[in-house]
Amino acid sequence: MTTSAQTVPAGDKIQPRKKSKLNRWDSPWLNGKFIAGVLMIGSIMMLGVVGPLFWDLTLSYPASSPLNLPPVFVPGYGQTAEQIAADKPQTETTTTSSVTGGNPFKKQEAAKPSAGTAGSLVRFGTPTWAHPLGTESNGRDMLAVLLVGAPRSLYIGLIAATIGMFVGIILGFTAGYMGGWVDAVIRTISDSIVVIPSLAVLIVIAAYVRTVSIESLALLLALFAWPGPTRLIRAQVLSMRERGYVQMARISGASAFSIMFKEMMPNMLPYLAASYTGNVSGAILAAASLEALGLGPTRIPTLGMTIFYAIRAAAVLRGMWWWWGIPIIALIIVFSGLFLMTTGLDEIANPRLRGRKAAA
Amino acid sequence: MTVNLDPRTPALAGVGADSRSREVVLDVRNLKVYYSTPTGNVRAVDDVSFKVYQGEILGLVGESGCGKTTTAMAILRMVQPPGQIVGGQILLDDTDLAPMSERELRDVRWNALSLIPQGAMNSLNPIMRIKNQIGEAIEAHEGKQPKAKLKERIFNLFTLVGLPSRIYDMYPHELSGGMKQRVCIAMAIVLHPSLIIADEPTSALDVVVQRVVGQTLLDVKQRLGVSMILIGHDMGLQAQLVDRLAVMYAGHMVEVAPVANVFAEPMHPYTQLLIDSIPSIKQRKPLKLTEGLTHDLRNPPPGCIFQGRCPKVMEVCRSVKPLLTEYKLDHQVACHLYE
Amino acid sequence: MGGLTWGYLLKRLGMWLLTILIGTTIIFLIPRLAPGDPVAAMVGRMSAQSGFVENSAQIIEAWRTKFGLDKPLWEQYVRYMGNSLRFDLGYSLASFPSRVDKMVLNALPWTVGLLLVATLISFVLGNTIGALMAWERTPRLLKSLLPVTLTFTSIPFFMLGILLIYVFAFGLKWLPPSGAYGRNLVQGINWPFISSVGYHAILPIMAIVIASMGLWALGMRGMMITTSGEDYMILAEAKGLRPSRVFWLYGVRNSILPQVTALALNLGAIVAGSLLVEYIFALPGVGYLLYQGIVTSDYTLIQGIVFILIFVTATLVLILDLTYPLIDPRITYERG
Repeated sequence: MTTSAQTVPAGDKIQPRKKSKLNRWDSPWLNGKFIAGVLMIGSIMMLGVVGPLFWDLTLSYPASSPLNLPPVFVPGYGQTAEQIAADKPQTETTTTSSVTGGNPFKKQEAAKPSAGTAGSLVRFGTPTWAHPLGTESNGRDMLAVLLVGAPRSLYIGLIAATIGMFVGIILGFTAGYMGGWVDAVIRTISDSIVVIPSLAVLIVIAAYVRTVSIESLALLLALFAWPGPTRLIRAQVLSMRERGYVQMARISGASAFSIMFKEMMPNMLPYLAASYTGNVSGAILAAASLEALGLGPTRIPTLGMTIFYAIRAAAVLRGMWWWWGIPIIALIIVFSGLFLMTTGLDEIANPRLRGRKAAA
Repeated sequence: MTVNLDPRTPALAGVGADSRSREVVLDVRNLKVYYSTPTGNVRAVDDVSFKVYQGEILGLVGESGCGKTTTAMAILRMVQPPGQIVGGQILLDDTDLAPMSERELRDVRWNALSLIPQGAMNSLNPIMRIKNQIGEAIEAHEGKQPKAKLKERIFNLFTLVGLPSRIYDMYPHELSGGMKQRVCIAMAIVLHPSLIIADEPTSALDVVVQRVVGQTLLDVKQRLGVSMILIGHDMGLQAQLVDRLAVMYAGHMVEVAPVANVFAEPMHPYTQLLIDSIPSIKQRKPLKLTEGLTHDLRNPPPGCIFQGRCPKVMEVCRSVKPLLTEYKLDHQVACHLYE
Repeated sequence: MGGLTWGYLLKRLGMWLLTILIGTTIIFLIPRLAPGDPVAAMVGRMSAQSGFVENSAQIIEAWRTKFGLDKPLWEQYVRYMGNSLRFDLGYSLASFPSRVDKMVLNALPWTVGLLLVATLISFVLGNTIGALMAWERTPRLLKSLLPVTLTFTSIPFFMLGILLIYVFAFGLKWLPPSGAYGRNLVQGINWPFISSVGYHAILPIMAIVIASMGLWALGMRGMMITTSGEDYMILAEAKGLRPSRVFWLYGVRNSILPQVTALALNLGAIVAGSLLVEYIFALPGVGYLLYQGIVTSDYTLIQGIVFILIFVTATLVLILDLTYPLIDPRITYERG
């Protein structure tokens, strides 16, 4: 004979979990990573909006500011003349590279003072609040460069990714929905373009067409931005095509367009958004890479070109970290922000990735 | 070699009405498994007790969500969080599994207690050959084996369950559904465990293959004398395969008896409804819809768990929980009707 | 082991060929789509760079005939394709009479070496970390490693390279800032050379590994979580197998498959990234050669290098595609 208890005796209670009431704050869109990413990107965008209001952006053009000023918060600068005189010149360290083939760096490096200790940094001017983030060898003020360049980079990425996504939606839906040889053609072409290292081809294009504006650069990048979204959307459409609600729509005579946009799209939104932010990131990276090689717009200051000038002037080994450091930090913030957004959107789209606490 | 077993052979042959004289292989006492959720504890298994005797197949039936798989997982000590065994004892060959550590469990698993999973489609590792999947079970518990002996042993297994020897080197995806399920059966018996838990082994198969797999199970039981718990919700299939039947509803055990008795004389109202709902070729019967609400498993009502849907509900049912009592020889039921 | 069939092989080879064809066609079209006469433009730019080009008229004529620019477009195309596929990539404009293919051949081993070593280390390390992240038994300390590796994922390879040079070469002076080997060393299989190469390779490889590891880790962790929900994991546990065996043979082994696919898809980006790393570190590879070509407007060099890059990338992807059936026995000719 077995007995069964009528109430649950005290000893049977499980360790209670943190009592959390389900409420509207549990909406999946309020993903920590996603929001953090949005904030980061938002602050970069704010630079573009707020910047011109309190800083003179013409300082971002060459020869507008004193040369080679370190940022204001760096200690140990601006020593007296006696200290400068007392500073022995450093012997040239092995900073010049020993490499086969012509090294365009070599000629310039030999002429510059060698890198090394903080003492040699004294050869740069005295930092002032007039140029809080310092200046570089062409006479540009770094803060102005940041305020102009960072939003620009974002802008290029957004345009390129938007075009890419647009094309991707059209081609992806067509391929997935229509199937057959249309699908085969689109799939094969996009698959093979994905393999081609886009930067290499972009380099060829940019090398021939030297004068690039921001817009044409974005268009170029879009050329290689469409295969990704196409593949993604095609895969999603294929998996959705046989779902119940789509077949219901078909039976009830809905047109292909309305099926695509009313039934399928809403379910794909998180995936699309994640793909979009990923594309923006990729486009900005491609733009920055081209610029770092010297193939970017020359009249308008961008972060990538700033890095290019910095490398060309051996700023790394001269210790002028603010020259290349500030663009790099700005770009890291942009990439990290977009990465967080992408990861956050991935988690929103796929609850299982959120971890154990979402399983209940 | 084909398995030739007349399915109409009474599964009760040899068991007899007096199963109490047999050895007890598994003794589950007052098992409670609760799932903690943000809005309360779901009582998936609420004070369930039953025994499995040597050499018998105990059928565990009930509708979806009644707790039968959770019970099986609890016996294996494989309940996934947020589920937890909150109370009770699981005595396998007189050893309590409930308080065991992972290391001790690993020894017990497969050696004394094995599983035939529900979805054989996906239960085999896609990147391992059949021979290795069976082989690793052997070697994990018996140490490294000489290759030739292993091969011979596995081939014998194949013969036992009616599998062709050519699948030895194959990958799971090269096998049909029925074959995969029989591989799982072969794997489950390889170490001659005391108890095999078969979790709806035929649910994912078509009718013809169901028959073959069912026959294999019976054959295995007859030849090796293993004890089994056969979980399912297809009453017709259970009738053909099991010796005793245990009926669960919403985490509670409501009736336990030899299968013929359950079908001939179902005592609990739920069991009666279950059996009534089996479609019959011989007679046309109206579909009996059960009325009333199923309760929320987080807030069970006081009294009998079935009160919401019981056609014979009484006053006492609403306040006093019925205990699983043996009212007739070897026939237990938890119902106030018989008090 | 595995299901490599003729159908699959042919399909993959077809894709390989198609990729190379499409890429080469694009390269062919670009100069011809650019405004103006490409050759005159080339020479024009050359003279803008170096002042005055000797015998410019003869050079223009020679180019014209060599490349059949006087012939109709489709004939040029055929010629170009034929030449490229035979790796006849012409002469370098800036370093005439050096042949492009020779220059590329000298530079290629450095590129491929960097690429393979860095990608391999990054893939193995990243996936291992990712797998460990998903395993409950990993100590908490190791689990905090993931966010750390992830923070570096957002940094492009070459920017991380710059940072590493600043910290380790300029600041700490532990490692050389650029170059592939020290001066006055003889190339070849001798210890001073090889050790110098290794010493110089540390920073570039670090740049690539640190910046790409996180992505593999994140993906692998996701896959391990997905895999842990599969039915075969339940049976594996029920069998009483050792946890380490379940982890490697059931978890990792099944999760690695999509990661290999991801590797093939990302290879283009990885190649691009390592080109820039070569540029930053002045490694004598194809990327650096490309940069020099850009600076000197050496169009034939640029085009030749890009062709080689497309070829190498497509070939690496082909190799990956062909190894895939070996690790996943389910794949025959149909994939994804």
